[in-house]
Amino acid sequence: MSAAAMPFTDREVAAIRGDFPILGRAVRDGRRLVYLDSGATSHKPRVVLDAEREFYEQHNAAVHRGAHLLAEEATDAFEAARATVAHFIRAPEDEVVFTKNATESLNLVAYAFSNAAPTDEPKDPRFVLGPGDEVLVTQMEHHANLVPWQELVRRTGATLRWIPLAADGSLDLGGLDTLLTERTKVLAVTQVSNVLGTINPVGELAARAHAVGALVVVDACQSVPHLPVDVATLGADFIAFSGHKMYGPLGVGVLWGRAELLEVMPPFLTGGSMIELVTMERATWAPAPQKFEAGVPNAAQAVGLAAAVRWVEQVGIDRIHAHEADLAERLLTGLAARPWTRVLGPAAGTPRGGAVSLVVDGVHAHDVGQILDDAGVAVRVGHHCAWPLHRALGVTATTRASLAAYNTADEVDTFLTALDRVPEIFGIAEAS
Amino acid sequence: MDLYQELILDHSRQPHHAGLRDPFDAEVHHVNPTCGDEVTLRVSIAGTGASAVVRDMSYDAQGCSISIASTSVLAEEVIGHTVDEALDTYAGMREMLTSRGKVAGDEDRIGDGIAFAGVAKYPSRVKCALLGWAAFTDALIRAGVQTPVLTDHTTQGVTP
Repeated sequence: MSAAAMPFTDREVAAIRGDFPILGRAVRDGRRLVYLDSGATSHKPRVVLDAEREFYEQHNAAVHRGAHLLAEEATDAFEAARATVAHFIRAPEDEVVFTKNATESLNLVAYAFSNAAPTDEPKDPRFVLGPGDEVLVTQMEHHANLVPWQELVRRTGATLRWIPLAADGSLDLGGLDTLLTERTKVLAVTQVSNVLGTINPVGELAARAHAVGALVVVDACQSVPHLPVDVATLGADFIAFSGHKMYGPLGVGVLWGRAELLEVMPPFLTGGSMIELVTMERATWAPAPQKFEAGVPNAAQAVGLAAAVRWVEQVGIDRIHAHEADLAERLLTGLAARPWTRVLGPAAGTPRGGAVSLVVDGVHAHDVGQILDDAGVAVRVGHHCAWPLHRALGVTATTRASLAAYNTADEVDTFLTALDRVPEIFGIAEAS
Repeated sequence: MDLYQELILDHSRQPHHAGLRDPFDAEVHHVNPTCGDEVTLRVSIAGTGASAVVRDMSYDAQGCSISIASTSVLAEEVIGHTVDEALDTYAGMREMLTSRGKVAGDEDRIGDGIAFAGVAKYPSRVKCALLGWAAFTDALIRAGVQTPVLTDHTTQGVTP
């Protein structure tokens, strides 16, 4: 990342906002929409919508099938989208698998450990899991990077272990030597917490995992849209992310995996497209990435995702990161001035992602979110698909504001002002 | 905003009939998986058939103001009433809450439940308002009270 990356100027943000038709609409009682829920899903710039529409209007055909002109164009568009996404994360093209979303990407990897034919084929020992083996996750994982591993150990008799959460919202690595051992076959960890904004030391964790022979699976949903990710230097063996959280369409996600691993992994879903040869008795597989893309692929969505990547590259991912960090700091400073709020996760001044979760003691997050919604401010409330994290921090639910390239300092201020109605309505000020 | 009526805020701050009490004929635990709200609810029934009466309804609830207040109003409206009356109150609440604001609600039928009329305009909060009620009807069934089956898929029951 360039150290010189600057936040966007007001004029630049205005231009960025102009790319997103939905930001022009009004919400409750004609109020201006203040969208602070991009961690759940981002909005999509017009170029993404146009790319999808153009695919359907001009090139629509089933990819990797047929010899007619449209089929060729559709296949070219789909493979060009793969190349665009691969370049964005500095990966070779054949290491990028298109999926439905990050959840499917993570399941694809988890199933590689228990989905292989049980008999005749020699299995790569790295994908053999059984009693005595361990899968190591963390207490801050999104359910998508936790539940598939819980289910995998249930199927295989292996054991699930986890790195605990420290009170400051970082991972407590004090006991890592006893958690990460030669029994560990997989380390699954998020790069950036979707709740706390914590940036985990993936490089260090991956090096230690590799030293004991474990594979490293990284949930990159909250990193790829927000900061430069280079798989060549990250240290991971797999990363998973969703298109819809990075200005792309719903219904397309990505699994990146090192080529030599994708080559030896058994397929997840089977059927059309992913085969090499089929007889009545059995089938052999196409090389990766096709081996993992069964059925007619989501080409229009992949093309839309490529348009989103080009949009991000044009705006600059390092500038998006600087912009969101700037806004997060403004948000945290504003919250610090409101002592009836409590921010979970890294404090102001710590490098972090653009997700800020807070608690108003005595008021449930649903009620906080409702009052914000009444002011036109969209946030996420609840456990954000990270229930164990919330339990570990002793809270049932939090209110999360999450930032994107199109957010403004004004919007952060609107959020803070709207938040001030919470103690007014619920009488916290009277009580204190 | 018309959602947070004073009556709702009062009930959420000081829920009526709160706490788990003995004796009871059935206990259920319901959760709202989208936000993690939980309620453990007990019913004690006197009599059988058409004359069955809700002798007591006690609960331990964690959740937002809407779900706490709604469970508190539920207790107010059903304790000491016949099961038939309680189920009619539930039907009236449910009809109002799921109407997206089209059904104003009948105060004679649902009592203080009328304060929740504003919730109907916020579909994501209807689950909160129905959490305790869904637990209550489930508890009646588990207590062996012969009731027309009122299925409610907005919350999930967990067998204790």
